[in-house]
Amino acid sequence: MADLTKSGGGLSYRRHFAWTGKVARTVATVATTFLGLLLVTFLIGRVVPVDPVLAAVGDHASATTYERMREQMGLNLPLWQQFANYVGNILRGDMGQSVLTARPVLEDIGRVFPATLELATVATVLGILIGVPAGVLAAVHEGKLIDQIVRFLGLIGYSVPVFWLGLVGLLVFYAKLGWVAGPGRVDFGYDGVVDPVTGLILVDSLLQGETGIFFNALTHLALPACLLAYFSLAYIARMTRSFMLEQLRQEYIVTARVKGLPERVVIWRHALGNVAVPLVTVIALSYANLLEGSVLTETIFAWPGLGQYITNSLLNADMNAVLGGTIVVGAVFIGINLLSDMLYLTLDPRARR
Amino acid sequence: MITRDWLLSVSPESQMQARLGRIYVGWLAFRQNRLAMLGLGIIVLLIVVAALADVLAPHNPISGQLVQRLKPPGGDFLLGSDDQGRDILSRILYGSRYTLLIVALVAVTAAPVGLIVGTAAGFLGGWTDIVLMRITDIFLAFPKLILALAFVAALGPGIENAILAIALTSWPPYARVARAETLTVRNAAYMAAAKLQGISSARQIVGHIAPMCIPSLIVRVTLDMAGIILTAAGLGFLGLGAQPPMPEWGAMIASGRQFLLDQWWVATMPGIAIFIVSLGFNLFGDGLRDVLDPKRGQ
Repeated sequence: MADLTKSGGGLSYRRHFAWTGKVARTVATVATTFLGLLLVTFLIGRVVPVDPVLAAVGDHASATTYERMREQMGLNLPLWQQFANYVGNILRGDMGQSVLTARPVLEDIGRVFPATLELATVATVLGILIGVPAGVLAAVHEGKLIDQIVRFLGLIGYSVPVFWLGLVGLLVFYAKLGWVAGPGRVDFGYDGVVDPVTGLILVDSLLQGETGIFFNALTHLALPACLLAYFSLAYIARMTRSFMLEQLRQEYIVTARVKGLPERVVIWRHALGNVAVPLVTVIALSYANLLEGSVLTETIFAWPGLGQYITNSLLNADMNAVLGGTIVVGAVFIGINLLSDMLYLTLDPRARR
Repeated sequence: MITRDWLLSVSPESQMQARLGRIYVGWLAFRQNRLAMLGLGIIVLLIVVAALADVLAPHNPISGQLVQRLKPPGGDFLLGSDDQGRDILSRILYGSRYTLLIVALVAVTAAPVGLIVGTAAGFLGGWTDIVLMRITDIFLAFPKLILALAFVAALGPGIENAILAIALTSWPPYARVARAETLTVRNAAYMAAAKLQGISSARQIVGHIAPMCIPSLIVRVTLDMAGIILTAAGLGFLGLGAQPPMPEWGAMIASGRQFLLDQWWVATMPGIAIFIVSLGFNLFGDGLRDVLDPKRGQ
């Protein structure tokens, strides 16, 4: 690869080539990762003690019916061929039927995913808006009170169980103080009033002019979103702080100060500008983690999202739904990581070399 | 004072003296960090409580008296009683055993696996490295809790399977750490000397490379402990970890959930226990990192 680059034409061509090479390698990496994900879910599906043939034909089927069904389901094939079929099915979007809802798993997931997305997105936006400035301030005033507070809040965020904090939040802000609405996405009376266009209830209610529902949904969203935002900002602030501390020690900062630039510009433009690139990765990671970490939060807040769907299916031994959900979460995880890698390549010229 | 001089001697006479001296210097640095000492105190307390739960617990953790159900904190029940009339304090004291068991078992299974994979990949290089790191990356790309959930769903709920599932999802970062350390020492002069003596690859890895990886690995594992405790509690909360009537903290929170509004103490008390222990591991891990791995401190 190095030789090829050398023999390439002008500088822009060479750069372009290096970039394409990186992208191609990233895509190959993502493909193998996804294949690995499918291999793991496939193997998990294999070790489940439930016999899928027996589940399909019932206890009283004769040996010939059983055998015929087994062949029909492709379970008599060698394992690698079964896996190939499985990958083919998943790529075609066929994750099997959910036993619990009697609908295709992918359709179910399409219905519940927007709720998770809405929660995680609001939480991440809050996390960035508070976490980044908090991290910057902590780094600038290293060792001072604000730094201690940010570090303390971060430490708690790393140590407290999310489901417990959710319960305490419900107890205090819903039951005792009555500041926010309880579990669920909207009040019972409003359930199903808004047509799911995007599936994001805040957007849908506004599109259809239902401001009452919008504000009701907002009071429901407030507590779980703030809860997840706390975990997100604890992480973002901690990373921002440590990136900033590293930048503030660099010589260009001294140069900027010597030039007489206002401290505001030195910190928020020069230093933070250089932190922005690694920060994108951190934010992407935290976003992906929220999509996943919502499993427990959704259970606490009866939030009808992907996490609750997975846990409900789990408790009802609905393996197709559990594995389908695992694949979707894994794919989202991989996708977000890919996106942040690409952003990194685009934003940071050094990474392209 | 004589021991102190012996430990701090600049010209140790034996390997053991040098080693103990290094540990002692580390301890002196660690002792300066008050928060880290607090963390160590919490961990020691956890171990003591787990060992002496039989003596310390005022009541039976498994069977209670229904007439005493849902008593508020105070009096005979310091932290209140749950819906089956069991003393919550006693259950928390006994529950520390499960927490300690989970943490210890995950650490002794996941860390060696990560160490072996990482050192082998870094030392052998080439295709072995590519394949092993590909597998590691695949596991790293997975959402941890979801993967643990899927494993437990397949294997069936229970504390052993929860531990297995957490261990299966915990080793990849350790492999990464071990590989990075291996790459830094692989071409060191002392490795060349070892090779010239003609020792086998396996002995080079076990005897000369793995020991260099252990400090970073210990730091990483300690910092992960809090996460392991939280994941285990999460699995317990969802009913997939320890099964009733075991006094596992996550499961205790789940059972107190339905009484949250009127008997808040049933769900909140075990949560405080989880929080204190995770905090202890986090503080201890941070302090340990500053001593063992000052490069990455911050």
